[in-house]
Amino acid sequence: MSLTRLALATSALALATAAAAQTRDNVQIAGSSTVLPYASIVAEAFGENFDFPTPVVESGGSSAGLARFCEGVGPNQIDIANASRPIRENEIETCAANGVTEIIEVRIGYDGIVFASQIDGPEFTAFEPSDWFTALAAELPVDGEIVANPHTTWADVNAELPDAEIMAFIPGTKHGTREVFEENVLLQGCENTGALQAFIDSGMSEDDAEGACMAVRTDGASVDIDGDYTETLARIDANPNGVGVFGLAFYENNTDRLKVATMGGVEPTTETIASGEYPVSRPLFFYIKKAHIGVIPGLQEYADFFVSDVMAGPNGPLANYGLVSDPELAATQEAVANGTTMGSM
Amino acid sequence: MTDFTSAGGEAVELRRGQSLLTVDRKTRRRNAAEGRFKVYGLIAISIALVMLVILLVTIVVRGIPAFTQTFVSLDVPLRAEVLDPDGTGDPEVIRGVMTFGYAPLIEEALADAVAETGVQTEIDAAALVQMLSSGVAADIRDRVQENPELVGETVTIEVLASSRADGYFKGRVTRESLERDRNLSPAHLDVLDAMRDAGIVSIHFNWDFVWGADASESRPEEAGIGVAMIGSFFMMLVVLVLSLPIGVAASIYLEEFAPKNRFTDLIEVNISNLAAVPSIVFGILGLAAFIQFAGLPQSAPLVGGLVLTLMTLPTIIISTRASLKAVPPSIRDAALGVGASKMQSVFHHVLPLAMPGILTGTIIGLAQALGETAPLLLIGMVGFIASNRPDGLAEGLLSPNSAMPAQIYEWAKRADPAYYERAWGGIIVLLLFLLAMNLIAILLRRRFERRW
Repeated sequence: MSLTRLALATSALALATAAAAQTRDNVQIAGSSTVLPYASIVAEAFGENFDFPTPVVESGGSSAGLARFCEGVGPNQIDIANASRPIRENEIETCAANGVTEIIEVRIGYDGIVFASQIDGPEFTAFEPSDWFTALAAELPVDGEIVANPHTTWADVNAELPDAEIMAFIPGTKHGTREVFEENVLLQGCENTGALQAFIDSGMSEDDAEGACMAVRTDGASVDIDGDYTETLARIDANPNGVGVFGLAFYENNTDRLKVATMGGVEPTTETIASGEYPVSRPLFFYIKKAHIGVIPGLQEYADFFVSDVMAGPNGPLANYGLVSDPELAATQEAVANGTTMGSM
Repeated sequence: MTDFTSAGGEAVELRRGQSLLTVDRKTRRRNAAEGRFKVYGLIAISIALVMLVILLVTIVVRGIPAFTQTFVSLDVPLRAEVLDPDGTGDPEVIRGVMTFGYAPLIEEALADAVAETGVQTEIDAAALVQMLSSGVAADIRDRVQENPELVGETVTIEVLASSRADGYFKGRVTRESLERDRNLSPAHLDVLDAMRDAGIVSIHFNWDFVWGADASESRPEEAGIGVAMIGSFFMMLVVLVLSLPIGVAASIYLEEFAPKNRFTDLIEVNISNLAAVPSIVFGILGLAAFIQFAGLPQSAPLVGGLVLTLMTLPTIIISTRASLKAVPPSIRDAALGVGASKMQSVFHHVLPLAMPGILTGTIIGLAQALGETAPLLLIGMVGFIASNRPDGLAEGLLSPNSAMPAQIYEWAKRADPAYYERAWGGIIVLLLFLLAMNLIAILLRRRFERRW
């Protein structure tokens, strides 16, 4: 008798599940851990101010988020992918192959990437992109020959830097931040030092030369951090000579343990990033599946609310947390309200 | 035979003239070896104990501050011209005022409170508000929505201080560190000290940490582990409902009914191996089987529970089989001897005697599942998720939620150092649960176990 009861209960559970799988009443978001704080702030305020449940925001990195985003359309798929880099062409193709054809791209603002070290550590106060290239490149031209990176201390790289062992903690390749670091710092430094030209002169094609510029040494002087900024911070805490790559918002929350260095002579602040003076910043995005708008309750409202002036404006809670407000926010608001998809622009 | 006696004779020869009470060299060496071994054992135990004490002290010292919170008592004027400009008294109109609309009211209330203490400060009202949690507006708005007739009156309400202000009273934030901070300045601390002296600011136990929902990155002071605890509860419910009957049925069959052949041997080996499979493997299996194939919702405690069931089943089967084996065969023989069927002998005699062991194994398995994070990473239970309190059984099982260990992991990742403190606090709550479960297991065993 108890067996029958058990079977009944199990089948009831299965039925309830099947019914629930058909619909979903909360917005589901996944993606970049850099965008996660902003998305969680918006989600919380959205839950407070609207009659919809608070959206669910998962992290895991831009690439992982976009991969899940492109898995298909339906209540079991996420509605929004957060990304700290623009979506790639091959991701759009994967999306299209799985039926995700209409994607709305929303740029929410800009984020600065800062270079910080232990507050009591050596005086790392000013970096140039060329310092980072020379310190971290796998190979670089010395006296006309391309050799493996010989530098062991920052003073070797640039006499003005402290005589401390090179120990850099940079974001791992699954992070969108890595791409910005490679392009705005390593490649820039490569060009500035003339190494790019030297690579080309040595017989490389332009693409290969750029690849060589962005190749990072693997002898232990540079450590890829695949986790979050908290992991980078823990490494810096343990290594007085360590220099880490952080997001501006993370640094501003931990000013008691970190000191920041200028890049190209500019101190990273929301103002210098907004004006474009500070060289290492990148736009942050989220991507909406248009097919889910009107199906998942609150999705359109969430997107509108995210880019509204009260949230993403220069005095909103996102800016307070460290997001650099987008000067073209009005255009973004219009695009979100109209549901302008990527292809149609 | 002769060899033996002669060898024995020699041994006796050697000891001749010596008393058994005088210890010879060989015995001394053996005794010394024994003594050394005892010392090694003691050293090992003391190292383990010291580690345990260090661990517990660290957890308690770092986690206890998370249970108290700094509160500010404010008289907030709920001005009708802001909240209900046309004087309609219509709840819909009042609903229309977003949390941002409450900001000027809070600024005013705080400025009044500061003025009352008589402290001179150059900080303007807009910057003073940084001492308060950014969730205050939402608290007051909720209150007004419940009682729309409050509009036009002044309510006294106890609100949370911001994480930096709270950190100052807990010693986490110092004046020097605030020199470089963007969220709060050292000048704020003078105001806070004056408010503390005037009794406007107080620190007391914060039940919201135990029962509340997760909060966003900008307001760690509001975050609580309560909703994640509910998520854990529903997962454990699923694990218990599924793994106990399946596990016990499987072990009874394997132990009492199944023929002993190659096939059952294979099953046996596999069960033992499954118990040693890393939990993340079950996570990715759950993602593929339950979410992608069966179409169950992401982040749902039901899926978490199913995955943890897979993980717990081998533990339960192994412990159940061990306790069935421990029931002496004479019990079975006696039952069969008086004419009971095989099934009657198992269900009427063997199973009741094995029950304490089965329950202990189940509780240990549940405790293990309760502390598991890795498989939950893959089925979307880590992130800003535990924000809605579920309403009822179906929603509790199906709407997105987190679990206690996943919530702790998430907090430890967040930028604000106040979240780090909450992660330690969450560990205390989790450990209390595990302690309670293990205690129940021990009590059950003590109370019901029979020895033969």
